[in-house]
Amino acid sequence: MATLAGDNYRLRLALRYAVLILIAIIFIFPLIFMIVSSLKPDVQLLQDTSSLRAFLPVGDISFDNYKNASERAPIGLFMFNSVLVTGITVLLSLFFCSLAAFSFTFLSWRGREVQLSIIIATLIIPFETIAIPMLLLVSKLPWLSMGGVEWGWLNSYHVQIIPFIADGLTIFLFVQYFKDLPKELIEAARVEGASWWQIYRSIIIPLSGPVIATAAILKFLAMYNQYLWPIMVTQEEQYRPVLVGLQYFFQLNTAWGEVMAYLTLITLPVLAFYLVLQRSFIASIASTGVKG
Amino acid sequence: MAHVNLSSIQKSYGSANVIKGVDIEINDGEFVVFVGPSGCGKSTLLRMIAGLETISGGELSIDGNVVNNLEPKDRGIAMVFQSYAIFPHMTVGENVGFGLKISGVDAKETEQRVNEAAEILKMKHLLHRRPSQLSGGQRQRVAIGRAIVRHPKVFLFDEPLSNLDASLRMDMRMEIAKLHKQLGATMIYVTHDQVEAMTLADKIVVLKDGLVQQVGAPMELFHNPANRFVASFLGSPSMNFIPVQVADVKDDAVLVESDELSPVWIPSRGKSYTKGQNVELGIRPQYIEPHHERHANSFSGHIVLTERLGTETVLEIKLLNGQSVIACVSQDEVFDIGEEASLSFDPERVHIFAE
Repeated sequence: MATLAGDNYRLRLALRYAVLILIAIIFIFPLIFMIVSSLKPDVQLLQDTSSLRAFLPVGDISFDNYKNASERAPIGLFMFNSVLVTGITVLLSLFFCSLAAFSFTFLSWRGREVQLSIIIATLIIPFETIAIPMLLLVSKLPWLSMGGVEWGWLNSYHVQIIPFIADGLTIFLFVQYFKDLPKELIEAARVEGASWWQIYRSIIIPLSGPVIATAAILKFLAMYNQYLWPIMVTQEEQYRPVLVGLQYFFQLNTAWGEVMAYLTLITLPVLAFYLVLQRSFIASIASTGVKG
Repeated sequence: MAHVNLSSIQKSYGSANVIKGVDIEINDGEFVVFVGPSGCGKSTLLRMIAGLETISGGELSIDGNVVNNLEPKDRGIAMVFQSYAIFPHMTVGENVGFGLKISGVDAKETEQRVNEAAEILKMKHLLHRRPSQLSGGQRQRVAIGRAIVRHPKVFLFDEPLSNLDASLRMDMRMEIAKLHKQLGATMIYVTHDQVEAMTLADKIVVLKDGLVQQVGAPMELFHNPANRFVASFLGSPSMNFIPVQVADVKDDAVLVESDELSPVWIPSRGKSYTKGQNVELGIRPQYIEPHHERHANSFSGHIVLTERLGTETVLEIKLLNGQSVIACVSQDEVFDIGEEASLSFDPERVHIFAE
């Protein structure tokens, strides 16, 4: 019986791994294709697409595509813009959305439920439907007005950052997480004399590692993948992010090898960000201080 | 130390009144236990004293100052929660010193006071550990340490031992009793466990449905319960209630009888009864004496269950009318299941409750 149970267990384990490996392959193959193709000249790249060679670094392998891509577009500038805009938005969004969620979860004030419902309802509005009204708004509003000099929104970093700091999904994630934190921890801190700000800073945020990591990853991806909004509000190369930069490669004759080289380069920050946060995500699964 | 006064305290959630006008006076250094069944409002009352629930009506004062609208931190209280509520991301030392740190006490004094508290609770060796590395009893000690380090006027305990196993609960109960003697502080303790209430309290407040049923010293409540609820709630096993009828009335006693009981005079303890009134006799299991032979002033029945607890044996006896009565006898007395027994009692130890 014991052997049978052991065999059964091994069989199930093998099956589970087989399924997981299959899923991993499905997800990783486009990445492998992208990286391998970025090392091949266009002719070979197109020939290889009809065989498994498309996924193998074989044939005429070189870094020429990277060199050519960097000559065609200011990759460094685009990456800097994207990382700057994404990084600042993620940080500000985590701060303001967690503060909002803190208020929605732990403070009681008139209209709290209604406001939260409205914020959550915004999740179902596609960005495309509000893009034009937002464009009209930012094109009419002054950003800063001092001493008779006005700075506008268009063609700037802040037009890519400020509209995306507060978002329903991030607030919703924080609210859901905060609701699951033991209420007694907050009450104990209140009895100990902590102000709401001290409770937020010293108790809630240190215990929110998992949701911070999750919200940061989702926000990072959403911001880093911005295309429509930046193309609408930035006309100058100086402020454009990586995805808008992709346009430089789609001209009369698309150089696919260079496209792949560019895509490989702009994927690196995403992978790095994910790997860093994944580690902190695991480290931050705090043990609970209440009876469990 | 502080004097706490609750005057006509009320709490309502919408139209539901959960605390319906409570008056309690708690003296300096007194250990008061709020006891009652689940949902009686004892924890709500404690949370109102702590400032974690708003007060819908009445006046709460600590040391003569009305604190109804004060924040918890401004009331001079410390609270120990049922779930310990220690901060999982801080070490034991940081947990205990949290209140001092955020109120701006300098690091040196904080450390000194944390060490003092750790000394009192014998947990100096735990100060650098994280809560996840502690047992339930140790976590509860940390929670108590966090309370005592701030030298509060009033300690509030919200069922602090109910998550601990039986033996640890007894140890911690003794620790809390010792702590009270050592600190001499005013302590308010909520529990549904009447053993905790009886052993710890200087004064017990019995609550039911948001109303105080009786306030008094543990033995006073045990021997002179104000009503049937208090009588049934305190004491283990619970008091037996046997329906009888009033056959005659004198100044200080009533004659009661039933089909199972020949007439017997019971002291009326200042209460008045009328002839023919249906009442209940309340007899504690410890004051029922089972006999193998027929006895005067007694009920008859047969034993249906015996529970040997070591020092005593609990018997369940089914009377002729089908009612069950519990009796506690010494370990030396042997009764067998199915055996007929005659149950006598001392009329002085019996209470009468009007139905």
